[in-house]
Amino acid sequence: MTDLLAPPTTRKDWTSDQEVRWCPGCGDYSILAAVQMLLPDLGVRRENTVFVSGIGCAARFPYYMNTYGMHSIHGRAPAIATGLAVSRPDLDVWVVSGDGDALSIGGNHLIHALRRNVNITILLFNNQIYGLTKGQYSPTSESGKITKSTPFGSLETPFNPVSLALGAECTFVARTHDMDRKHMMEMFRRAHEHQGASLVEIYQNCNVFNDGAFEDILAKDARADNLISLEHGQPIKFGADSQLCVAHDGNGGVRIANSVDVEDAEVIVHDEKAQNPALAFALSRLASGPHTPTPIGVFRSVEMPEYGSQVQAQIDHAKSQKGSGDLEALLSSGPTWTVE
Amino acid sequence: MIEDSSVVIRFAGDSGDGMQVAGDRFTNSSAIFGNDLSTFPDFPAEIRAPAGTLPGVSAFQVHISDHDIVTPGDAPDVLVAMNPAALRANLGLLRPGATLIVNSDAFDERNLAKAGYSENPLEGDLRDRFQLFEVPMTTLTIEATKPTGAKPRDAERSKNFFALGLISWMYSRPLGTTLEWIESKFKAKPALVQVNSLAFKAGVNFGETAELFGSPHSVKPAKLPKGKYTSVTGNTALAWGLVAASKLANTPMLLGSYPITPASDILHELSKHKNFGIATIQAEDEIAGIGTAIGAAFGGHIGVTTTSGPGMDLKSEAMGLAVNLELPLIIIDIQRGGPSTGLPTKSEQSDLLMALYGRHGESPVPVIAASSPSDCFNCAIEAVRIAVTCRTPVILLSDGYLANGSEPWLLPQVDSIPAIKVEYASGHNGTDANGEPIFLPYLRDEETLARPWAPPGVPGLEHRIGGLEKENETGNVSYDPANHELMVRLRAEKVERLARDIPPIEVNDPDEASALVLGWGSTYGAITAAVRRLRAQGRSVAQAHLRHLNPFPADLGKVLGNYEKVVIPEMNLGQLSKLIRAEYLVDAIGINQVNGQPFKVHALESAIEPHL
Repeated sequence: MTDLLAPPTTRKDWTSDQEVRWCPGCGDYSILAAVQMLLPDLGVRRENTVFVSGIGCAARFPYYMNTYGMHSIHGRAPAIATGLAVSRPDLDVWVVSGDGDALSIGGNHLIHALRRNVNITILLFNNQIYGLTKGQYSPTSESGKITKSTPFGSLETPFNPVSLALGAECTFVARTHDMDRKHMMEMFRRAHEHQGASLVEIYQNCNVFNDGAFEDILAKDARADNLISLEHGQPIKFGADSQLCVAHDGNGGVRIANSVDVEDAEVIVHDEKAQNPALAFALSRLASGPHTPTPIGVFRSVEMPEYGSQVQAQIDHAKSQKGSGDLEALLSSGPTWTVE
Repeated sequence: MIEDSSVVIRFAGDSGDGMQVAGDRFTNSSAIFGNDLSTFPDFPAEIRAPAGTLPGVSAFQVHISDHDIVTPGDAPDVLVAMNPAALRANLGLLRPGATLIVNSDAFDERNLAKAGYSENPLEGDLRDRFQLFEVPMTTLTIEATKPTGAKPRDAERSKNFFALGLISWMYSRPLGTTLEWIESKFKAKPALVQVNSLAFKAGVNFGETAELFGSPHSVKPAKLPKGKYTSVTGNTALAWGLVAASKLANTPMLLGSYPITPASDILHELSKHKNFGIATIQAEDEIAGIGTAIGAAFGGHIGVTTTSGPGMDLKSEAMGLAVNLELPLIIIDIQRGGPSTGLPTKSEQSDLLMALYGRHGESPVPVIAASSPSDCFNCAIEAVRIAVTCRTPVILLSDGYLANGSEPWLLPQVDSIPAIKVEYASGHNGTDANGEPIFLPYLRDEETLARPWAPPGVPGLEHRIGGLEKENETGNVSYDPANHELMVRLRAEKVERLARDIPPIEVNDPDEASALVLGWGSTYGAITAAVRRLRAQGRSVAQAHLRHLNPFPADLGKVLGNYEKVVIPEMNLGQLSKLIRAEYLVDAIGINQVNGQPFKVHALESAIEPHL
């Protein structure tokens, strides 16, 4: 949390002495840089900052941060972070996870941390592949994907992480990508500011096992027509000349249209604060994969009671009602008798 | 008045008949009356199996006495059977000539058929073998509660209080305790207070006026050590021990737990005591239960997770993480019958080897076990003390028998329990190559080998820990072969060194016997009773009971060496025997029972006897 008295820091202060060991060219480097460059701006203290991760390439992240950190076990980081955030509301708890860690082995912990609205910031590195185990398909890999474990193509339907998070009652959901440091920093800043669970999906290129997975939308010449930047309160328009827009499709969903074909009033004005997540959900499903126009930015940001502070409120209330626990009274709270 | 020195009463009926309540209330009034007692709730895993069937039978056995007792008794002297299934399921347990009180209203054709009786057993030879009393409890309850206007269907449900009233009269229990309890328990529903009180009184009056039963019995108060007592179950005592430990350590506690029989009551109890600064999370699964506890431990709080066998399976990877992180953590396993789902409501001691070895890699964890319901209180404090001092996960073993069984407990002097010292790292503890002060998260205490506990929040102590092998002292990731071997040995030695603080074993050996009966966990009561009986017959036998299973007390080898024979009764296929054989090359003789039930004293007595 922002601390007005926090001493000024630079990126160097947030960088640990450990050698970064991701593959050269990995998208993780730019995400790490974005986080390390953002933190000096947030007015936070290193000693109050904790990065918790599970297993996977992304999970090495805490070792590179000069903060407190835990590289835990596969999929369990949201559960561990929940225990930490509930017992230590004074800390900034970040979870760094990947598509396998968060959505496969740890799917259960992820959805429950989201629905509880625990005050943690989850960075979900989505490269649509298992990197650390050298190239098997992941729960976000597209159907038909040929990998070492699916030589005849994957038969599975992928998760859409933003849809999943919205379905799990997540109060802050955003998407960004590893090619745009400024956008990443903005999304991370917003996620950090949010009280409660926040999830940022980061499209991250694995140049060894899944190179170019996001090329269709992230190639320099593709971005203008394929990245739909969501801005709260603004009509959703995109393309070099805003020639494209997102409009209602008449069936409760959304569609992409040519701006000239649509009345201004029909263009959807993005409302990240809408309590009903239906429109955010529809937006999350505009593209079935990162191949056609895809929204990035904040899908949803709503205020809901945060879990840890409610746990603390119950404790405080109990103390004010019953006084701080009296052990002797507790032991005598059942039937007692005295042997003379 | 007929004076009995002790009596074993078993209430049995359908799961929905309220037999646990009847037993519990009888226990309570006996406790307050001053008897020594021991209870054994024995119920099925199904919440309500089909009414009237054998799988649906729920029973509560209570042993009350005018002297010190340690078990709920082998063979009931009195059985209350509310229907044919309850009779059939429990008849075989009774001693010959026992008192048998049945609800004759329930012995209709339908219920008889459901219990698998082709003929009404009340018309057979039961009367010759037992003192049989047929009491139309349903009718009498409905009749007695008529003035309240309760519908017969509702009134009938109070027949457990009728049975309780009858037994309370038979054993001259004070009635006020039960009536007051009814009053307070149902105060939100005055109609139920009326119906239940009337049913209870009707039972008492029936005993007094029916002239069926002869004189009432009495069991005088026991001569117990002076002081204030309460009656606790193992799970309650365990929860209170955790509360006490948090207070003694002056450190907040977080329990992460997923509901599982027979451990859930600890979660229920702890979640009531938030004013002690205790946070409870009902986690999404067993893994998240331990995960949240590890997170809290990293944050400097006392992390606890509670479970039973299947949950232990699921938590094992996270336990290994805690071993590697070297953080304090308390894992409580209320053992039940296994493998797999096994027997959720029945008792076994079959998780011992799993507690010691059920993780991949060299993953040593201190293990302790409670020996009686009230001992669960002490063991919870001991587990926290070891975890916090040694920065290690600790497994505390209890079981279904201890969890639900109750006994009178002489309340400890709270002030006399030693505080638990919690020390957090507060500053740099080393220097780097350039002589600059740094923090070494794995620099160990020379005495205990514990590493510093350094929760976030302290400037300059920022550090990263994880499941990957760490370099000694710095805690940085290391794949160096020599470092791994060093760390494996350090973690093992850290646990072994705990033996230095374990008090010497108390051996109970009044006449220099040649055989030692060695036990652990919930068999303490049955072993003690069997040893008493053998000594009463003039046999020499020594007894010792282990609380610490890993590491063993330092003098265990020496003690074992003093005896020609070492006999180890266990509710498993010989897990402690295996450890004793492996560790001390002692040819331990196992007495093993794995039927989901606690040992019967007489069975244990005759199994030990040939080895003396």
